[in-house]
This record gives sequence, structure tokens and C-alpha cells, in this order.
Amino acid sequence: MQYMLLIYNAEDNGPQPGTEEFGPYMQGYVDFTNEVQSAGKMLSGDALQPIATSSTVSVRNGKTEVVDGPFAETKEQLGGFYILDCKDLDEALHYAAKIPDAAYGRVEVRPVMIFD
Amino acid sequence: MQPPVDAHITRVIREDWGRILSALTAHVGNYALAEDSLQDAVVVALDKWQQGLPDHPDAWLLTVARRKAVDRLRRSANASRKEQELALFLEQTRPDPEEVGVIPDHRLELIFACCHPALEEKSRTALTLRAIGGLTTPEIAAAFLDKPDAMAARLTRAKRKIRDAGIPFKLPDASDLPDRVEAVLRVIYLIFNEGFRTNGATLTRADLAEEAIRLGRILSALLPQDAEVKALLALMLLSDSRRHTRMDGAGAYAPLEAQNRARWDKAKIREGTALVKHALTTAPAGPYALQAAISAIHAEATAFADTDWPQIAALYDLLAARRPNPVIAINQAVARSYVEGPEAALSLLEQVATTARLDAYQPFHVCRADLLSRLNRPCEAAENYRAAIALSASTAEKAFLTQRLAAIAPP
Repeated sequence: MQYMLLIYNAEDNGPQPGTEEFGPYMQGYVDFTNEVQSAGKMLSGDALQPIATSSTVSVRNGKTEVVDGPFAETKEQLGGFYILDCKDLDEALHYAAKIPDAAYGRVEVRPVMIFD
Repeated sequence: MQPPVDAHITRVIREDWGRILSALTAHVGNYALAEDSLQDAVVVALDKWQQGLPDHPDAWLLTVARRKAVDRLRRSANASRKEQELALFLEQTRPDPEEVGVIPDHRLELIFACCHPALEEKSRTALTLRAIGGLTTPEIAAAFLDKPDAMAARLTRAKRKIRDAGIPFKLPDASDLPDRVEAVLRVIYLIFNEGFRTNGATLTRADLAEEAIRLGRILSALLPQDAEVKALLALMLLSDSRRHTRMDGAGAYAPLEAQNRARWDKAKIREGTALVKHALTTAPAGPYALQAAISAIHAEATAFADTDWPQIAALYDLLAARRPNPVIAINQAVARSYVEGPEAALSLLEQVATTARLDAYQPFHVCRADLLSRLNRPCEAAENYRAAIALSASTAEKAFLTQRLAAIAPP
């Protein structure tokens, strides 16, 4: 099954650039990505730019409206994601717990809908 | 006389339900399909078995349920290619009619799926009662005082999540096992308390305690090496041995010191005590073993005055160190009050009250009121009794506390 691991955290939470902890924290992502890649689990994954860069679009009555900012103004925002191919939820949960930001924010695990 | 036959058939089906359902789930790889198909088979059985039970009711049900699973897959118009392949596979793997009595037991896998932490806690208890206990949805709804529609919707949601989120039907990895066993034990103990806590308002709820004990027995047989599984079974048996004396003849609530100990269930005490001894000798004492040991010490005392309080207080100290929480701390204070006196207990209680918000917690007020009245401070005690009465859910307990209040503060 394919699972999307969505990484949520407040942008000012967790190790910040320029601090001593930032290096090991980023190395954690490098290691994790290497692990899921060499295990043949990784389908894709990326980090996202901060929410200051975000725009939200909606179309109502044929009219497109664009709003500055993320879909929902919550403290914890989507900061990045992985899509992994796992044999079941337990395996996906195991990998989710290894994502460095699981220790600071939260990781949501969602199965990807497959149309067949 | 139709009803007795039905009752007998229902009992046979319920005994075998969990084992057949788990085997069927392993076979078709889809819990919801397995449950629906077994339910179809039960409907047929309730009709056909009126003329007499087959030689092997479990094998009969499994065979019919397998056929029903194929029917369901064939009938479903929007069956995916995977489902069509499954139907074909199931048809080609007709079980040998000779293989009766060797239905594989996959109940442990089923229990772990039902108690998976990715499911909501209440859904875990409901699913476990359905899948392993064989209770029907209306029975579960009645037990939780829920509407049948709401309970049916809850079960449907949980089953859909098992399927769509890929909750596995397998034994957890060794690294997950302790946590996952603990989750299963918590579900069983929740079911027990759900049935035990009520003032016997309805029979169905008392049955939940019985059902939890039955689940505890099943789990103990499936995980014979696990000391905490045995300890939980012991704890439930020992608590349940006092169920009937928690109300006196007039239906009034009776606390431990006022219970008629001659009416405690000796068989349950014997079994529970033996289990807790076994659990304590085979492994370091876990939280359930400590609680069961405390319950066993109460059971051993022939009168309230004979209770071995120093031993109980020592066990509560161990438990509080392991699992610091207000519920245990309050019991710890009660035990200490009989060893070091109410003064020492009160200072422990005050200490707990500074770290946790206990204003809305009824047992805190009951405990504080009791300690204060033993310390001859009736005005303060009365305040806590009033708070406790306002927070009591059961009328019997309200009446009991009102009586206590009247005894210290005459109107």
C-alpha cells in the first residue's frame, strides 16, 4: 500500500537554522531518506517552503479567488511529506516515528487512494 | 418450544464465533467481508439447525460462510479486479470436507487488529466485543447505553478504517509487542469496568464484566507466557467476586468495610489468587499484577479489621512509583490512612491535589471527606461530602454519601 506521511510542525518549533542542533536534525532527514530509499520504500518526498510563500485558490460561481496564506491558519503547518510503499499500516507507522520532526511536531499517516 | 432451541443455537454460535471469524478473516483477507459472510451463515444456521445441530457446527458455519463470501463478492456490481480474483481464488480453494476440527485459530491476530492504536478507543472495545466476543451490534449498543444506529455506524467506520488504512491482520513485530499487548489489556479492562462500575442498573451491563472475564480467559490461553495477561484475569476475577455485595439487600451501596464477606464468590477468589501468585512468581510485577495482589489481600481478610494494610500500602507505593496518577494516589492515601493514620494520608492527598486538578473527581472528595471526618473536622468533611454527592453518577452511591454526611453534620 502507498502511504503519505505528512509532516506538521510550527515553523518556529524544533531546531532552527544557525543553532547547534540544526546540523544533526538535518542529518536525520538525510539518513531517513537514505534508509527508505535503500529499503525500496520511497516513491517521493519533499520539503515545502514556509507558509509565507503559500497562496490558496478557490473557484465559486466561476470566479477564481486567491487568498494569501495557507488553507487553515493553524499553529502547526504542513512542512513536507514522503510517499512510501509499505506492506501495511504498522510498517508505515514505524517509518513515521523515525521522521525527525515526529519528535517536535506530528506526522499524519494517510493511505493513498488507488483507483483500479 | 422454539425459544430454548434458539438459545442453545445462539450459545453454540457465540462460543465458536471468534475462532471461525478469525479463520475466515485469514482466509478472505478482509475483516468486514468475513464478518458479513459469517453473519449470513448464522442466519441460515438459525433456520436449518432447528431440526438438529450438525456434527461439527463450527466447520459447518465456516464452510457456509466461505460460500457466502464468494456470493457477496460475485454479487457486488462494482467489485474491483482484486475482488473478482479473490472470489475466483476462494472458489478454487474449496476446503476439504474432511478437515473438520482443524479450524486454524487466528483469534490473536484478530484481537490485535481490533485493539490497534490507530482506532478510536471506544471503537476498539466495541469491535473486540463484536469480533471476539460474538456480541451482536444491538447488544453492544445496549451495553454502552448507545443507540443501535450510532453503534452500527461506529463499527462500520472502524471496519472501513481497518480495510482502507491497511491495519494488518498479523501478530505485531517483537519490538511492538509489549505496547500492543498493553493496548489489548486496556481494552479488556475497559470493558470490565464498563460493566462493573454501574449500579447494576441493567443486566446487560453486568454481562459486560462476564464478557471481559471470558475475553481475559481467551487471551490467557492464547498468550500463556504473558504474566500481565494472567494478572489482569486475576484482577477481574477478584473484583468480580465482590460484585454482588456492593449492594446490600435493600439495594443500597455498600463500601468494602460494610460488605457481607460471607457472600463473596469463593471460587472466583480461589482462581484469582492462584493466578496472581503465578503471575508474581514468573515475572517482575507489572501494574496489573500489583493491582491484583492488592485485590487478593482484601479477599483474604475475613473481616475489614483483619485487612493487611501495611502490605496493601506497600503495594500502592510500588504502583504509584510505576504509574503516577491521581486514581492510584487516592487509593494510596486510603491505604496509608490505616497504617500511619488519617493525618499522614491527608498530607499525601493535599500533595497530589497540588499537582493534579481533582476538583471534579468524585473519589478525591469521598477520600478527603472520610479522612477529615476521622480527624474530627466535620465542617470541612461536610464540604467534601457535598461535592462528592453532586459528582456521583449512581443514585445508590449518592444515597450512601448523603447518609454519611447526615451522620457527621446533623441538619
